Amino acid sequence: MNEETLRAAVAAGVMPAEARFAALLRSIVEVARAIFSAKASSIFLLDEETDELVFAAVAGEDEQGLVGVRMPSSKGIAGWVLSSRTPLVLDDITQDPRHARDVAESTGYVPKGMMAVPLLDEERALGVLQVLDRPQRSRFSLQEMELLGLFASQAAVALDLVGSARRARAALEGSGEVVAVARVAAALDRLEDERREDALALLAALERVLS
Amino acid sequence: MLEETRAHQAEGDHAEDDDVLPAWSLPRDAVGGIEISDDWPERVDREWALDGSTGRGVRICILDSGVEPAHPLVGDLAGAIAIEVGEDGETRAVADTEGDLCGHGTACAGIVRSIAPEAEIYSVRVLGAGFTGSGKLLLAGLRWAVEQGYDVINMSLSTTKRTFAELLHEIADTAYFKRTVLVASAHNMPVESYPWRFSSVISVGSHEEEDPLTFYANPNPPVEFFARGVDVDVAWLGGGSIRATGNSFATPAIAAICTLVLSKHPRLTPFQLKSVLYLIASNVGGGRP
Repeated sequence: MNEETLRAAVAAGVMPAEARFAALLRSIVEVARAIFSAKASSIFLLDEETDELVFAAVAGEDEQGLVGVRMPSSKGIAGWVLSSRTPLVLDDITQDPRHARDVAESTGYVPKGMMAVPLLDEERALGVLQVLDRPQRSRFSLQEMELLGLFASQAAVALDLVGSARRARAALEGSGEVVAVARVAAALDRLEDERREDALALLAALERVLS
Repeated sequence: MLEETRAHQAEGDHAEDDDVLPAWSLPRDAVGGIEISDDWPERVDREWALDGSTGRGVRICILDSGVEPAHPLVGDLAGAIAIEVGEDGETRAVADTEGDLCGHGTACAGIVRSIAPEAEIYSVRVLGAGFTGSGKLLLAGLRWAVEQGYDVINMSLSTTKRTFAELLHEIADTAYFKRTVLVASAHNMPVESYPWRFSSVISVGSHEEEDPLTFYANPNPPVEFFARGVDVDVAWLGGGSIRATGNSFATPAIAAICTLVLSKHPRLTPFQLKSVLYLIASNVGGGRP
């Protein structure tokens, strides 16, 4: 294993990526909900291996139990938004019998209004962010659409970043030395000043012995 | 000439054009043979471009999620095709038996019908092969639609995959030279996407006004025109309608306006048609009352 790979692996090991990823997802849906004063917000992430959309996080409705639910990646409104890379804002969607049935089956909550935007980081499509039941005003505005797009782009960049660390960490599974080094690095990171210096001196000594 | 439909023109004049139009150069004695119709009025305005037109004789393709059959706001389709990936991994066009997988294609078809009631609307569905197949279907669907020689293709969708950009560019240029007008949604997010950025297509963003025939030319491209795209009542699944916002709903308004113009003036090339759109835009001379 070369030094660069080792550095990346150790960096990933230091970063508690799994917990951060879940926290980031939660934060995105909470902020999205707050920005638009909406009743709920949710994220579907694309699982590229199974080609499915996975219900990954929700804020606002008591639907945490649905996290993990899967659906085909090219069906329904979320499927279209992902495939076409195009944001949509829809009102009165309870008029759509198929959508109402599908959503009720998967989430139990049938919104009247929905904003759905693809999570795009450069050329990659990561999933779909939905903002459900924002307050009904007389008219929707293009500024809101712009804000939705900007926020989704920021969310996608953050998700991709933390997602990469998460994948790197997953790649560490099973490769003993690197996992050990990563664990040491993580432990070192948590030490107070004096003990940290001692530990660094010890590591320097170990490095001399090994080289 | 003004009463002639595009379909008639296709049967009649094209062969003649092919005989007289030089391919790569213009010898002196051929100049007389390329005379271009001079039925342009002194001032191109909405009366000349649109008045009395119903879209009759113009074939418009909705490249989207499919269209619900016999939706009251769409009516009869002239044809419905689905692009699918076969077991051999190759794409093919088959009769569409599933209709609309989302509602979006039905919405676009309904917008076209409301503006150009006598247009021949075709659906080409490019959704349904999973996300991973979506770029392949989009390319295959667009290529198939261009081969069919539709007069107008509505594309309320885009791809961010750079590997598809070059192929899409080639297809868009082929369409341009075959007199097929591609009308594509502009992306309102800070990412690069295609094909709307190509100059051989007509790209569309949204304005907030309510009149479906109000549209603006943008002096700062790449987005070329803005049409009604906010709080639009659109046809949706189950025979009903919903209220929708997005550039993807502004796009069929411009596609339908193209259809109206081509129905009255079937000989227009995409270049000429885009010029007419510019001249009759609501912020340009010929579009003002």
